[in-house]
Amino acid sequence: MSVQSLSSAPAPATPAKEETPFARFVSQFVEDRIAVAGLAVFALIVLAALLAPWITPQNPYDLAKVDLMDSRLPPGAKAGDGFTMWLGSDGFGRDIYSAILYGLRISLAVGATSCALAATIGMTVGLIAAYAGGRVENLIMRLVDLQLSLPAILLALILVSMFGKGVDKIIIALVFVQWAYYARTVRGSALVERNKDYVEAARCLGLSHARIVFRHILPNCLAPIIVVATVQTAHSISLEATLSFLGVGLPQTEPSLGVLIANGFQYMLSGKYWISFFPGIALLVTIVSINLVGDRLRDVLNPRLEK
Amino acid sequence: MLAFILRRAGQGLLVIFAMIVIVFFGVNVIGDPVWILVSPEMTQEQVAEVSRSLGLDRPIWEQFFHFVSGVLRGDLGSSFVHGTPAIRLILDRMPATMELALVALVLAILVGIPLGLFSGLKPDHPVSRAVMAVSILGFSLPTFWVGLMLIMVFAVMLGWLPATGRGDVGSIFGVTTSLATLDGWWHIVMPALNLALLKISLVIRLARAGTREVALQDYIKFARAKGLSRARIVGVHILKNILIPIVTVIGLEFGSLVAFSVVTETIFAWPGMGKLLLEAIQRLDRPVIVAYVIVVVVLFVVINLVVDILYSLLDPRVRLSEAPT
Repeated sequence: MSVQSLSSAPAPATPAKEETPFARFVSQFVEDRIAVAGLAVFALIVLAALLAPWITPQNPYDLAKVDLMDSRLPPGAKAGDGFTMWLGSDGFGRDIYSAILYGLRISLAVGATSCALAATIGMTVGLIAAYAGGRVENLIMRLVDLQLSLPAILLALILVSMFGKGVDKIIIALVFVQWAYYARTVRGSALVERNKDYVEAARCLGLSHARIVFRHILPNCLAPIIVVATVQTAHSISLEATLSFLGVGLPQTEPSLGVLIANGFQYMLSGKYWISFFPGIALLVTIVSINLVGDRLRDVLNPRLEK
Repeated sequence: MLAFILRRAGQGLLVIFAMIVIVFFGVNVIGDPVWILVSPEMTQEQVAEVSRSLGLDRPIWEQFFHFVSGVLRGDLGSSFVHGTPAIRLILDRMPATMELALVALVLAILVGIPLGLFSGLKPDHPVSRAVMAVSILGFSLPTFWVGLMLIMVFAVMLGWLPATGRGDVGSIFGVTTSLATLDGWWHIVMPALNLALLKISLVIRLARAGTREVALQDYIKFARAKGLSRARIVGVHILKNILIPIVTVIGLEFGSLVAFSVVTETIFAWPGMGKLLLEAIQRLDRPVIVAYVIVVVVLFVVINLVVDILYSLLDPRVRLSEAPT
């Protein structure tokens, strides 16, 4: 009873309902229907990837379940085990639908891990550059400029040619390619924050440099980082798929979407489109949904557009 | 102006040297390429002999200085696989890549600027909305997948265009190019469109943003008040003013077209230098990898330099702020 009266009674203490910044952010974000749809689709994709073992008819890694007799069946055909392959099967006899969901797991994991690592490294380096200034900043920013002047795909190709194949190596290459974007973004906003009064106040309190940088400056630079991180996640998923497609990314034992598409490429010219087509659609929907969210985030979080 | 050019050129040389150092040591970290070149039946002595003939038994520092002195003489080493000078291999393949990148660039301009202009002038028109939606898609679509779809639709299903290869080549001013023959043009349409897609989206966005900004300027209002025709206002007064940023970006993007051609060339079996790089990576053909990177980095530095100079010629404000103090 008391709970009910509390929630139903208008709170007289606060005159106009004070919106928290987060609530304002959410209400601005949902104004754009397309972005909300993008977010929903992306959530669905992540969920499907997580639940893959329970919602697929076949474990594509389990050699006992995969039958070579089922290879290259068109969409809708019945597998030897009796289940229907709605999206057909590939050259190894794997059900494409199952392979896509398992492949999504690898693609998403590689994209998310490389982005998290790149963001951490890039943020730290960018903050150090902005806070330290002088020679350190000059050196770091020269390095960033040098790297950003080369296209990501070229850099990634050079790196994989140095490291070789494998999940860990691809992640390292992707981190190398991407940290500079974060470093530049963070430095830009940290330079503005550095001269504000609250940093001066923290300094007067005698707080350590590390505390000022990470507890006081960093949280105020987060908005642009979130935008960059969203866009870069999509970018790194796409880049990994490209490298895997070219045969210099993930090995056959870790079939990400890019590997699946590459496997189907050889059958493309003989008209067996579905082996490449459906994994490609999955990749496309993933990337577009992330980019739609990223586009909206940029509009909402950009202080210049705020009225 | 001269000081500006010299300083930029100096910076460029520094970048090239830094890349040579990074790539040489980086690439030489990969496993021993000798094992790819020898057959399993060879004795230990024969393996050592192969290693010696390629200079792989030397300390890495010595290999590096040998390499740098070679670079200064224009010698980037010989391919382990083909046995011919790496630089020759790359230069032989260069025309194919260049013609592809060039056609893609022209395509990006011819398609991108009119669409961008239109959607900038009438941002609420349904066509403009469609154009913007397509350009978002153009940014999101992975190049290799678009290439696959093009092959699927136009080569396999419709059978209109050839799926792979460069077609007949002819000669223009001594350069062998498929642009000299009709069959070559027929072959280049799909790969060039594939390569251009990302840049078309970019040009549309640039042209649209530029148009929206310029259309509100006083000189446009004045031109309208003066009674100039709409075609003249758009074609001369607006177009001229949005071209500066587009020319700059397009110039810089030419390098990225060359880099991205690795993907397109692989899909369409286009015999350019990108395909060569990929084969070299798969066979650990170090000299070719290093030579490719050096050639592309030099290309980048030269393009950046030229664009910088062009920009300062087009836009006097840059020249003033860059003037030596």
